[in-house]
Amino acid sequence: MSDRPLYAPQEPIFPRRVSGKFRNLKWVIMAVTLGIYYLTPWIRWDRGPNLPDQAVLVDMASRRFYFFWIEIWPHEFYFVAGLLIMAGLGLFLFTSALGRVWCGYTCPQTVWTDLFILVERWIEGDRNARVRLYRGKWDVRKWRLRLTKWFTWLLIAIATGGAWVFYFTDAPTLLVNLLNFTAHPAAYMTIAALTATTFVFGGFMREQVCIYMCPWPRIQAAMMDPDTITVAYREWRGEERGKKHENKSGDCIDCMACVNVCPMGIDIRDGQQMECITCALCIDACDDVMDKIGKPRGLIDYIALSDEPAERAGEPPAPLLKKILRPRTIIYTAIWSAIGLALLYALFVRSDIELTVSPVRNPTYVLQPDGAVRNIYDVRLRNKAGDDRVFHISLTSDEILRIELEGRGGQRNLVVPADTTILQRVYVTARPQDPASSTDTTALRLWVEDVDADIRASQSTTFNGRVQ
Amino acid sequence: MSERKIDDETGVETTGHSWDGIEELNNPLPRWWLWTLYACIVWAMCYTIAYPAWPMISGATQGMLGFSTRGQVAADIVDHEAKNEALVAELVAADLTTLPPSSDLHRYAVARGGSVFRAQCSQCHGSGAAGAVGYPNLLDNDWLWGGDIENISATITHGVRNDTDLDARYSEMPAYGDIFAEEEIEAVVEFVASLSSTEFDTDLAQVGSELFLDNCAACHGDEGLGDQMLGAPNLADAIWLYGGDRDTLAETVTNARFGVMPAWGQRLSDVDVRAVSVYVHALGGGE
Repeated sequence: MSDRPLYAPQEPIFPRRVSGKFRNLKWVIMAVTLGIYYLTPWIRWDRGPNLPDQAVLVDMASRRFYFFWIEIWPHEFYFVAGLLIMAGLGLFLFTSALGRVWCGYTCPQTVWTDLFILVERWIEGDRNARVRLYRGKWDVRKWRLRLTKWFTWLLIAIATGGAWVFYFTDAPTLLVNLLNFTAHPAAYMTIAALTATTFVFGGFMREQVCIYMCPWPRIQAAMMDPDTITVAYREWRGEERGKKHENKSGDCIDCMACVNVCPMGIDIRDGQQMECITCALCIDACDDVMDKIGKPRGLIDYIALSDEPAERAGEPPAPLLKKILRPRTIIYTAIWSAIGLALLYALFVRSDIELTVSPVRNPTYVLQPDGAVRNIYDVRLRNKAGDDRVFHISLTSDEILRIELEGRGGQRNLVVPADTTILQRVYVTARPQDPASSTDTTALRLWVEDVDADIRASQSTTFNGRVQ
Repeated sequence: MSERKIDDETGVETTGHSWDGIEELNNPLPRWWLWTLYACIVWAMCYTIAYPAWPMISGATQGMLGFSTRGQVAADIVDHEAKNEALVAELVAADLTTLPPSSDLHRYAVARGGSVFRAQCSQCHGSGAAGAVGYPNLLDNDWLWGGDIENISATITHGVRNDTDLDARYSEMPAYGDIFAEEEIEAVVEFVASLSSTEFDTDLAQVGSELFLDNCAACHGDEGLGDQMLGAPNLADAIWLYGGDRDTLAETVTNARFGVMPAWGQRLSDVDVRAVSVYVHALGGGE
């Protein structure tokens, strides 16, 4: 079909160092996000005896998720689902308002790539030195620099993979076990996998991850519209670009600063591109140049494309608030807040004891020899407290329907161990003279009471009578 | 093949595909992407050689590694049986009458018995053990042969009315159709109904009462309370194995019943019989 190559080798990109307000913001965000990632597992949180004292812990073995004072059980997984939906909607909201700010500032790929480029720059020098080294022969110096760089990257990658596993078990214990090689193989395998991906993605694939592997740039277009604030080149101001002595009229002196600093290797002056992660480093680079040549800043800037006609005509852009507050962002915010409030509500109404009552439907009732009708219920009692509790089980209509706990004789008090769920079969019997024994269904409420604390929980269910 | 078209804007060749005037550029794939694809193809081929994969006329290719999920399950079963060995030995030796319900052994017996029950017993007694017409409900505390664990265990081991086991539970009610006249059967039925019902014909029941005392009380007792030693059902309670309406009672008296249960002691291991006994005892009606 053609004589073009089937594959394309990766184009190496050598981003130049830049300084400015966005670069500083990115340094701060990098420090904060990496700090959170590395330090969170080491925060302690006293939950009393029998419970882990790690503030954030995903305890797979006992199926618990601890987040400071919040403890999530498997049946409460909707909290996690809700948070994931909120994260998705939050991404939509920020993208529709401010473009790919997630990609540019907080995406792990961006943060770690930034860190890896920083290391590269320390070891091999800035852009020109790196280009020279890249083109140079593989002499001793090049080997030394390359190996130093790769080794440092590897250390960062190991630290990255290593930090991840601390979220899943007690961090200090695991660290000791990891160091004396007695930790679970899954821990080493996880560290190895994350080390490999961090090393390869942060060191060698960088922008390729964003362009070819990440689905987000392909769907972000659906989140953005002309009012979205994004990084763009004020072409009407910059063109016709060229050096001053060439008597070109635009502000752009074609110094290539914006291209040289771009970690994605693109030229923002060509317009909106899929590759652009809106990291704003080109803004910093261009502003620096504008200062030097005595032109106003903002040749490349965060602007909305809808402002282009006004700006071309020399008018001021629409107020920022007006662009951010539009039906799209308001709807995203509304849904996001609604889910957030619902989760908060769910968090505050849940009790330390919980029960679920499932009536046994096979059979729906059991006839006793004396004509009494018995229903069976599987009652699950959860004690989320850190100590053993005694629960008392009762019915609202105690005098009509009799309640009995299987295997416990007349005992109606149950000891539920700390942080445990127990399953108890409960028999509820209606005597032949009780109306419930011959009524199709009778509403019923099962109560559970913590005998030592003033906590009660109840669940409504039905009693099936004998079908006439 | 259509002739090559070059996109004016980028100078890149297009594939010739055009959607609403938008043309697709024929940009080459990244090298690592292509390598990944080839590596996946090689991996897939090795995988289908190493593991069972290709469907044949009967079955599939076996794979070089000899792996099968069936084999894995078999290994798991062996593994679990080894782990349960101690509990099994304990259960075989245990005195079931004094087994505390909260003990690990009891929990193991109920779990094991439950799985035996679902596999072997649920066909007649129902998966919830509620029985059916002619098949006793095991959830209530009405027992033909006794509901303590030893009687339950004996019933399961030897079965009911089967000729394969000499110790099988055996009760045989005569078919009174050959003995009684039709009016006599009607009278006995009326008396039996009177034992548990409030509505009955007093005169007819009076006649039936005498017939009952002469013919039926030997097994069912003077008051129709039954006898678990003989397997004679209690006729004065609310539970009827075959139904308590007049027609069904008349049918029972006329032709008698002959429900059969296999002797499970011949088919199940000792530990399984013990486990299922514990399970049935724990269903809610155990004495």
